[in-house]
Amino acid sequence: MTAAPRRITLDDLESFAIGAWILGTGGGGEPYHSLLEARQHWAEGKSVDLIDPLALGDDDLIACVGQMGAPLAMQEKMCDGPVIARTITMMEEYLGKKFKAIMLWEVGGNNGLQPFLAGAILGLPVVDCDAMGRAFPQADMTTFAICDLPAYPWTMVDIRKNTVIFSQAEDWSWMERMTRKVCTTFGSAAATCKAPRVGREVKVASCLHTVSKAMRIGRTVQAARTAHADPIAAVVESEHGLLLFHGKVKDVMRRTTDGWLRGTVVLEGLDENRGESFRVDFQNEFSVGWQNDQVRVTVPDLICIMDTVSGEAVGTETIRYGQRVTVVALPAPAILMSPKGLKHVGPRAFGYDLDFKSIFPEAAR
Amino acid sequence: MIRLGIDVGGTNTDAVLVDGNAVRHAVKTATTADVGGGIVAALKRLLAESAVDTGSIDAVMIGTTHFTNAVVQRCSVARVAAVRVGLPAAATLEPFVDWPPDLRAMVKGPTFMIRGGHEVDGMPIAPFDRTAMKEVARRIADAGVGSVGVCAVFSPLNFAAEQEAAEILEATVPGISVTRSHELGRIGLLARENVTLLNACLVALARRTAEGFVRALADSGIRAPLYITQNDGTVSLASQAARFPVHCFASGPTNSLRGAAFLSGLKDAMVVDVGGTTSDVGCLRHGFPREANNTVEVGGVRTAFRMPDLLSIGLGGGTLVDPADPRRIGPVSVGYQLTERALVFGGQETTLTDVAVAARLLELGDRDRVARLDKAFVTAALARSHTMLEESVDRMKTDAGDVPLIAVGGGCFLVPDKMAGVSTVVHVPHQGVANAVGAAIAQVSGEVDQIFQGLSREVALDKARALASDRAVKAGAAAPTLSVVEQEDIPLSYLPGNSLRVRVRVVGDIARTT
Repeated sequence: MTAAPRRITLDDLESFAIGAWILGTGGGGEPYHSLLEARQHWAEGKSVDLIDPLALGDDDLIACVGQMGAPLAMQEKMCDGPVIARTITMMEEYLGKKFKAIMLWEVGGNNGLQPFLAGAILGLPVVDCDAMGRAFPQADMTTFAICDLPAYPWTMVDIRKNTVIFSQAEDWSWMERMTRKVCTTFGSAAATCKAPRVGREVKVASCLHTVSKAMRIGRTVQAARTAHADPIAAVVESEHGLLLFHGKVKDVMRRTTDGWLRGTVVLEGLDENRGESFRVDFQNEFSVGWQNDQVRVTVPDLICIMDTVSGEAVGTETIRYGQRVTVVALPAPAILMSPKGLKHVGPRAFGYDLDFKSIFPEAAR
Repeated sequence: MIRLGIDVGGTNTDAVLVDGNAVRHAVKTATTADVGGGIVAALKRLLAESAVDTGSIDAVMIGTTHFTNAVVQRCSVARVAAVRVGLPAAATLEPFVDWPPDLRAMVKGPTFMIRGGHEVDGMPIAPFDRTAMKEVARRIADAGVGSVGVCAVFSPLNFAAEQEAAEILEATVPGISVTRSHELGRIGLLARENVTLLNACLVALARRTAEGFVRALADSGIRAPLYITQNDGTVSLASQAARFPVHCFASGPTNSLRGAAFLSGLKDAMVVDVGGTTSDVGCLRHGFPREANNTVEVGGVRTAFRMPDLLSIGLGGGTLVDPADPRRIGPVSVGYQLTERALVFGGQETTLTDVAVAARLLELGDRDRVARLDKAFVTAALARSHTMLEESVDRMKTDAGDVPLIAVGGGCFLVPDKMAGVSTVVHVPHQGVANAVGAAIAQVSGEVDQIFQGLSREVALDKARALASDRAVKAGAAAPTLSVVEQEDIPLSYLPGNSLRVRVRVVGDIARTT
């Protein structure tokens, strides 16, 4: 059984943005700017259909798009839809073929919204899936890399319309290294159309129905706010997550290096966590959390920091001194926690000498 | 130490005389259309009734909601030009893009985007387009706008483009007022630009208002320095505040929350400030206003201000009640025209003040004039206003248990003695003038915003904190009361030697001299 295509409304996108920002685990960029641009497209009568990946034809050609770079750079330069759309037409020119639809490279944060802008501009539908089920900082941290699908070709475009095509790469980590250099040169932000996929690959090697999932999370937050209930508790309950820590930001250290935003956030405990501390490292996204200097949670479990009152996600580029926040963990897609998956997205892939042990009991997964 | 605190609200102008730790005298007068007239009237009464020697006054602190009200009520805001330097970045979202349409229609003047600005690593995005900027300046001169907001991409890291644009504007358009975004905000282009444009549309009003304050003080024979209170409960000199009116946006509620803490001695409580036009519900935690966490909207414009977390509803002493249906209350208020338009003053309109007088909660004006109000009508109107207050307090509560509620403001007679979720409703002396008290006890701050080179991050932060604390103490703060309220560091990778731009803001209570 596959779902019929459905027309995405602005309300759908607003809900989706809330959920995508939470699934972004601090990264993927704040979705607000893309929402503003979407409002302009929708006001002009443009829109986008969401299609079920399981309904794709095996040979349907699918574009995988997203922005790469440091979220801090995007807060100033923003991510214009026409730039992301250009990566797709460039790829079509290179391949000499037309795309059937666009899929999300990562559902998390602003990158979840970008395919909808490109879709509205180019008149292409968006597929209800992505290659991460969350957000990650590197190209080799995807389900396509885990499944050993080819990593090339790539197109990359910057705000000046400087363009690069990477026609071949030995593997995903080489593609990551090469594109990262260009991204840094472009000013730590670039629009990309990654290695194209066909329907057959998408069906077996992506995280399915993650757009719908983000929309559902967004609606949970909105419903809780309307009812004056606690939106964080509502998300934790509906997504089988765990509430880890309740505190206030005591220090934020941030560095934009090698095209990433890296750093550490330190929280001091409030209420039931008074007297305790929580520290989270990030590389665009939150990667490892220590409670009172003990490792509490690591990638690929989702580490989300949310505004304690509004339930809005807080990004690594926007988190600031004095903010009152709640740390929550959400379960990761199963493929990321497989032995092969952990090689790509486990704590060691981020440079930590730690084994992954999910914070969620086996039975809950 | 003798300080005069003045609060200029939409309805009332209050003045208090605070001597050391005690409120010596307080008066409440009506705000006037020219603002200054109300201050002169309040000071005249305060000085006469308290018989204080004007020479003994150490400082005057004025808090005002004037600038917020201008934005919220869409009046006295100027049309401004906007210049964004950053193309080809950020091309699809123009300045004013997320403003509410009615405010945009009033404020948005000629809007330009030109090439220039910087990348995160300090490289130019594109060379600054001087030719285009000169043309922009000429067109702004032709358009006849008096104020312009300039915002360049990544100006918090490198403000050269904004500086250059401002110089061209000032050279081409005589007398133009230029607000530069790097003086007001941090990284995040749209929010910083919004703040810049809000500031630009208020500078003319701010200059007139500050001049009015200065004149009112001189006319009252007071020579003490004049300070204006800011969003975070600290003060700045009036001349500085006139350049940056956006820094005064939330000073009204901040002052009433801090005044409530001072008058009640409570550190953790809810506070409701019932004024003439609105009721603001806030929360005190450890003696300070609880801050709103994320983006704050002012009159519908998204900003990145640090402000107290507040819920405002249109319910106050001057709020209109529908004569045909007592459950239909507000949000329109007669404001400072209460003494002309309310029934008890011989007017024709039914306000909540009239309802309260009829219910004998308040002695004001001529009660005979409300004798014809039906008893059931009065009861129903009060019940409805109680429910509105109760719901607001409930929405702002973050504790499940019952908490004390401090009632302040000129309209606090509308707060019932018993409310759901509230342990006790606390009434305090001088509760009607809590925000003037909050202004009088405003804190002082010390700020550091500078580039440190060749130091580790820890050492740079320590140095910045020590420097800021030092500046706060020099500005009159008591050392034991200092606390860091803002701390932010941005690495500047385009400068050598591990360069770090550090901003630290430290605030403290004014030291009491004996």
